[in-house]
Amino acid sequence: MRLLRFLLLVLVARPLALFMTGADVSGRERLPLKGPAIIAANHASHVDTLLMLSIFPSRAVSKLRPAAAADYFLRDPVIGWFSRHVIGIVPVARSKAGRRAASGEGEDVLAPARAALAAGEIVLVFPEGTRGDGATDAMGQLKGGVARLAEAFPDAPVIPVWIQGAGRVLPKGASVPVPLNCAVLVGEPVAWTGRRGPFMDALREAMLALKEQAPPLRWSDEP
Amino acid sequence: MDFVGDLTGHAGRFLAAQPRPLLAGLAGVVVLLGVASAIAAVLPRLKPGKSYEELRLRIVSWWGMVALLAGALLLGWQATTAVFAFISFLALREFLSLAVRRREDRPAILAAYGCLLAAYGFIFADRYMFYLVFIPVWVFLGLPALMALIGQTKGYLASAATFHWGLVTCVYNLGFVAFLMRVPESENLPAGAAGLVFFLLLATEFNDVAQYVWGKLFGRRKILPTVSPNKTWEGFLGGWITTAALIWFVGPVFTPLSGHGLAIVAFVLPAAGFAGDVTMSAIKRDIGVKDTSHAIPGHGGVLDRADSLTFTAPLYFHLMALFALDRF
Repeated sequence: MRLLRFLLLVLVARPLALFMTGADVSGRERLPLKGPAIIAANHASHVDTLLMLSIFPSRAVSKLRPAAAADYFLRDPVIGWFSRHVIGIVPVARSKAGRRAASGEGEDVLAPARAALAAGEIVLVFPEGTRGDGATDAMGQLKGGVARLAEAFPDAPVIPVWIQGAGRVLPKGASVPVPLNCAVLVGEPVAWTGRRGPFMDALREAMLALKEQAPPLRWSDEP
Repeated sequence: MDFVGDLTGHAGRFLAAQPRPLLAGLAGVVVLLGVASAIAAVLPRLKPGKSYEELRLRIVSWWGMVALLAGALLLGWQATTAVFAFISFLALREFLSLAVRRREDRPAILAAYGCLLAAYGFIFADRYMFYLVFIPVWVFLGLPALMALIGQTKGYLASAATFHWGLVTCVYNLGFVAFLMRVPESENLPAGAAGLVFFLLLATEFNDVAQYVWGKLFGRRKILPTVSPNKTWEGFLGGWITTAALIWFVGPVFTPLSGHGLAIVAFVLPAAGFAGDVTMSAIKRDIGVKDTSHAIPGHGGVLDRADSLTFTAPLYFHLMALFALDRF
């Protein structure tokens, strides 16, 4: 199964991502090659996950596990099988997260992500929690799960990533992808400082600083 | 051992079947790049302190581009057409990614890639007249009609013009390079059809490098400060004269041109290369980027490297057709 995933990622996903996006990566040398490590990226499209799975060197790609919403990716057995075994997601039960926050107890929705980190894997999280509006490149509110993971693994680097343009290739709601260049900007790791609030602020700032360096996205409703 | 012997035998016969001047030309490019690589390797020791990483990347990328194009030319018109279709795709994707602004135009972007496939299809099918009118007439009319059907009129004219500019430069103009490979062997060419393409690429890229080197060495007076602040009169004129001399003296080795035809190509091609370069610079400045992407390390995007070729290719093709070819 691991071999099948590896082959599909290297021989299918990578050429597909290159064709659809050009995968213009800057700061590639800052990508972590071994776990435990956390990557935090903005989210505008399913293309984000494809791109991230494609820019890692072959020797590290087996370690990469995208955190993804269980309610969306595991609702159907076929998509669920593909999500688990090919994309290699660590499921996050979004619907339970709210209840947990309300009652202060219950199932630990981040347990699969923690287990992956404990096993020395690289977990990719989209802290916005869902795909943003594909047209604009605004970043949504960041959810705090990434801080809880960083707290549990204080020595794991948290690497901010800005993906520019994926929302044009395949915006939310569209079914046909269109080849257009995407830039992926990899930043310096954000250190865990001991408190969630300041950590989230630092992560947000790091992601927005990467966005500033991205090529202009002149994609708007009103030219 | 037999296998190795077989392989070298095949390679030997493959190369022996190629026109001699073409092999000599490719060998010359390899020697030139070898000298550049040696200089780049020695420079950090002679003048330490400066960073030569950019220069090193640039030369490594030149090796890659030369290997790709030389391989395609040696393999023939099919490989060359496929490689240029791919180059056109990369250039068009860069252009549309930077220039298109309306999200409603996503179907038009998809249609533009379809036009690229059709245009290169005409090259594969050797349908010259179809190729000549397809993008300038039919796509020129059809794509804006499709965009009208989409129904968004805000920014419509600018967007329709943007698509047409991108398709003509990135697809139609670069396609002429591949179409040169369809000149039949029956025509008396000194280095085959591949020799025609080789010399176009050589003269165009030589002109880029010569302008750069003359500008670096002697550049004082800025030629177009608002568009391309690093370009100077010294670089432009020095590059023009050097490239014109190259075309005049080396052109007859690879092309059937002579006399008036050769003189006109020598005079006009360097200026066209410069025009292509500054035109793309004006577009990049308008959009607010320095490079069209980072696809070629040390050079920028595909369009940054091929900008002058989008102007020199159709010019060279039509002058060649006018003065020396029966096929076109």
